[in-house]
Amino acid sequence: MEITLSVNGVERTSDVEPRRLLVHHLRDDLGLTGTNVGCDTSSCGACTVLLDGESVKSCTILAVQADGHEVTTIEGLAGAAGNGETGALHPVQEAFHAQHGLQCGFCTPGMVMAAVSLLDENPHPTEEDVRLGLEGNLCRCTGYQNIVRAVLAAAGEVRA
Amino acid sequence: MTATETPTTAEGRAFGQRLLRKEDPRLLTGEARFIDDLQIPGALWMGMVRSPYAHARIRGIDVSAALEMPGVRHVFTGADLADAWADPMPCAWPVTEDMKAPAHWPVAKDKACYVGDIVAVVVAEDRYQAADAVDAVVVDYEPLEAVVDIEDAASDRVVVHEELGTNRSYTWTLSPEPEAVERAFAEAAHTVSETYVQQRLIPVAMEPRGVAVVPGVYGGDLTVYSSTQIPHILKVMVAATCGVPEHKVRVVAPAVGGGFGSKLNVYAEELIAVALARRLGVPTRWTETRAENAVATIQGRGQVQRMELAADAEGRVTAVRARITADMGAYLQLVTPGIPLLGAFLYHGVYDVPAYHFECTGVFTNRTPTDAYRGAGRPEATYAIERAMDALAREVGVDPAEIRRRNYIPPDRFPYESVAGLTYDSGDYEPTLDRALELVGYEELRAEQARRRAAGEKKHLGIGVSTYVEMCGLAPSRVLASLNYAAGGWEAASVRVLPTGKVQVVSGTTPHGQGHETSWSQIVADRLGIDPADVEVLHSDTAVSPLGMDTYGSRSLPVGGVAVAMATDQVIAKAKAIAAHQLECAEDDLELVDGELRVRGTPARSMTLQAVAFEAFSAHDLPDGMEPNLSAQVSYDPPNFVFPFGTHVAVVEVDEETGRVELRDYAAVDDCGPQVNPMIVEGQLHGGIVQGAAQALWEEAVYDADGNLRNPTLVDYGVPSAAELPSLKLDHTVTPSPTNPLGVKGIGEAGTIGATPAVINAIVDALSPFGITDIAMPATPERVWAAIQQARSGSAGDGEGAP
Amino acid sequence: MIPAPFDYQRASSVDEAIELLRQHGEDAKLLAGGHSLLPLMKLRLAQPSVLVDIGRIADLSYVSETPADGRVLRIGALTRHHDLATSELVREQVPLLAHVASRIGDPQVRHRGTIGGSVVHGDPASDLPAALLALRATLVVRGPAGERSIPADEFFTGFLETAIAPDEVLTEIRVPAVPGVGWAFEKFNRRAQDWAIVGVAAVMTDGAGGPGVGLVNMGPQPMRAAGVEEALRAGASLGEAAARADEGTDPPTDLNGSAEYRRHLARVLVRRALETASG
Repeated sequence: MEITLSVNGVERTSDVEPRRLLVHHLRDDLGLTGTNVGCDTSSCGACTVLLDGESVKSCTILAVQADGHEVTTIEGLAGAAGNGETGALHPVQEAFHAQHGLQCGFCTPGMVMAAVSLLDENPHPTEEDVRLGLEGNLCRCTGYQNIVRAVLAAAGEVRA
Repeated sequence: MTATETPTTAEGRAFGQRLLRKEDPRLLTGEARFIDDLQIPGALWMGMVRSPYAHARIRGIDVSAALEMPGVRHVFTGADLADAWADPMPCAWPVTEDMKAPAHWPVAKDKACYVGDIVAVVVAEDRYQAADAVDAVVVDYEPLEAVVDIEDAASDRVVVHEELGTNRSYTWTLSPEPEAVERAFAEAAHTVSETYVQQRLIPVAMEPRGVAVVPGVYGGDLTVYSSTQIPHILKVMVAATCGVPEHKVRVVAPAVGGGFGSKLNVYAEELIAVALARRLGVPTRWTETRAENAVATIQGRGQVQRMELAADAEGRVTAVRARITADMGAYLQLVTPGIPLLGAFLYHGVYDVPAYHFECTGVFTNRTPTDAYRGAGRPEATYAIERAMDALAREVGVDPAEIRRRNYIPPDRFPYESVAGLTYDSGDYEPTLDRALELVGYEELRAEQARRRAAGEKKHLGIGVSTYVEMCGLAPSRVLASLNYAAGGWEAASVRVLPTGKVQVVSGTTPHGQGHETSWSQIVADRLGIDPADVEVLHSDTAVSPLGMDTYGSRSLPVGGVAVAMATDQVIAKAKAIAAHQLECAEDDLELVDGELRVRGTPARSMTLQAVAFEAFSAHDLPDGMEPNLSAQVSYDPPNFVFPFGTHVAVVEVDEETGRVELRDYAAVDDCGPQVNPMIVEGQLHGGIVQGAAQALWEEAVYDADGNLRNPTLVDYGVPSAAELPSLKLDHTVTPSPTNPLGVKGIGEAGTIGATPAVINAIVDALSPFGITDIAMPATPERVWAAIQQARSGSAGDGEGAP
Repeated sequence: MIPAPFDYQRASSVDEAIELLRQHGEDAKLLAGGHSLLPLMKLRLAQPSVLVDIGRIADLSYVSETPADGRVLRIGALTRHHDLATSELVREQVPLLAHVASRIGDPQVRHRGTIGGSVVHGDPASDLPAALLALRATLVVRGPAGERSIPADEFFTGFLETAIAPDEVLTEIRVPAVPGVGWAFEKFNRRAQDWAIVGVAAVMTDGAGGPGVGLVNMGPQPMRAAGVEEALRAGASLGEAAARADEGTDPPTDLNGSAEYRRHLARVLVRRALETASG
């Protein structure tokens, strides 16, 4: 069926099978491969995107359910300078960079999107708030220590 | 927060700076391309039909329904592909001359030997169609009895491979002086005899595996894109197994989402993708699902360890005897049989022990093959000795920290010739213990523990210590030869200064999260006196980096990084020769400062490195006989392993009512010599420690008696999240290795090696008022609760009875 | 890990949803947030031939007090866990429910999952049904024959089974307001995002029926701790009451715990919950 999503601010109209998962629609139909698939069971959070501004797992949403809604993927976070130079990273992306909050980078897009949503709902989280708020995102490289620091840093709450 | 956690912005030497990673921006923005992100025009999707039985004869396969489904092009069975292979799948480590190994074909022909064994392959136009078609292939199985338990397998009651006649693949023994061991036990004032189970673990790299093959039918190279740690080794193995001329094979590892050893292998799906791309003349591709990953990617650990110590009256260890039964799973993957041997030399750990016996028997079971998982053999060895040292402390009646102090190899004994035949390069263990105890406030904790016990509190405090040493940096090719390993342990690097003065480094290591682009840039920039931003590191594509032995075993820095440094030094030597020629001075009069070659005492007489590089490029006026271009290539084969070490201390609270264990605090003081980038070192430790703690507390591949994996999803397999973990306290000491010019040691596996015994020792410490001396891993709430119940009812509880 | 093919229908009203269910019979499933159903469909443990998407029925997502006396909170079936957890009204009037909602799954799940979807799934491992039992909620369903109200006690009838008919739609959950009344929720799991091994929802109401205690994962269906409630009504101490926590339960044995362990946990967790709720 035909669906229209606003993806990173651009209207995208496609014809999809009803069973098409939003994550496959983003990756395979729209070419936005920054959103990753790390599991089959809504557990790992690698596929996290923002749906109408809130974090969701795009592996557990049908593309047809997102019809008419706004989706933000990792590709939509950083500004593009348009001249081949890097655009400004989002403050959460900057914080992940500055705090070494990523290693292999596979969980990172989902982790960043989850963090953006978390900070939107709770701009001044405690460390415990951050740890609990990221319960739905698994990382195998970092032990989460620098991810948590990054989110706190992005909130301006990290003390040197 | 410790001093080491405060980011510094030290200017000056690039070596040792907390330089932010060059890799990050592309990974943070979705620009990086992982295997499933690649757009490959015309590629057909493969779907694997896997055995749902652990052991079953394949009586027939009906592919007709699958072939009629939309988009399905082909279905291949093992028989269909029998002529696709020049050789069976490779095992590169036949550990003994008489090791028994079954022929392992990418697609099973007559019999499936584990749940997940591939029995047929569907080829369809898209991934949805491939998934549908997999379900439509009808396989007629004759289920056979499966053998799942390690010790049951050793009894040969059920044999996995009839043609071998036994499940026992090999027995490997290291017993330099058997009589000395017997004598030590006979004369011991104290002995310890323990049995430990290393449960199977699922590595769970967050990116599942994937492969795509472009066949290059009309003369192009056969290009294999794979989510692999080992593109160089894979290239050789693809050539050997699929019968493709090696010079026509190119292997590319795109961005790789973690490996932890699980992508240090040659997998059936990679070989099938090559065979079908060649047969069909079109690109083929496959991406693993997480459920497939649980059974089709190798698992880690899987051992039963019998560990014995003999000690004198003061608790000084006089002999170690370790006897291991190791679960190989159904087949020997790339280095399956050698994994226990990577720990074989380390069952006496950091202690000065005069007598030593190690033996390991590898057995086949009807389970997923085991192979390298972060630490590979060394976590198992460290767990055994560090648990046993706590048992000895109880036996002798001294504090666990004290028993360690009495036994550490003293710092003046390095380089230390170990009883197992290794030469530990350098070490000073006690300062790491002192500092780690200080970080957690050991004395105060012991006082709190005593207070709580006296007050009868139901939450028990436990403190666990482990000091480890590991051998890493795989490593000397001659030593590997003596262990029957098929390949060498060298590493290659090239450094070239381009005409504009920018630098390209080509590395044979293949990073997948470790940050080599950043660290190698620092090594080169440090030596050349230039900005690390002016250095680019190329890797992970055999067309770009033709020589290499890849990344595993904490080898990248002490072997590959050292090769980079050596190549840089050769570039500097050549630059000096050119500059001396141009400046009409002696080479010895030149110094390289801030990217400029200056005549000592006459700084006005100088040439920038860029100017030298351009001279080398234009070649208009080089010294007689000198080749153009400012570049060097090095293949470095180290003289020894390197031996990082450290002490980890875990603090837990155990709720006696529910059995819940909470990791309350954790300190690690590690020593990997000089750190190229402390930020990256700490990141490796954070992740490693959590993986090690996860073995202790959360993770286990649970099989039923029929060989079914009962927890193949991340709903049931307990990879911890941020919510379960405390903030870790890190510090370090610096004891350089004398065996390489950078003095560096590997750090990728250290955290995992140190953590598991620290956590379990802490739990056993917490439960000691109940008389509990062992708890099975993972220490689930129910196991802990059951152990307490059993202890209270009078029998010695070990938690083994709990599911 | 891709759902089997199905037909997709969108309902713009409850009546249309009922009509679509009537047309397609038992092969049809309602899709709300999809966070109970889609995971099963991806594993192909559920393969409905028709999905009726009710996620766009705007007037099923609300929290409001009844106009009459304000003593009963009315919650639309499509209200998301996140909305329940953050609703000022729910936090004031039924804080237990807001808290339980805040502990379901993870933030992403709470942004999509709905109270109705969770309840009609009838999963004994779900947290919300136990809370609704403890709170003595009423579930309002509508079908071809009109609307009917089902007390939570009669709603959960078996393993993944409820009193709702195949052509009925859950539209509203009515929860008696209990502002200022002591409550507690004990969720025992190994990892924060895991299902509860055992969970306990307790609310110390003193009106009709006395304190309510609901249990998670202690039998084939969501259930109340009847023995505990009876003991409390009879004036037993919290400890005595908690000792009856596993009375009438039939807990499962699975990878996370044996039945015996769950019985023990229920007693410990009920005691803790009662102490917190009374504290």
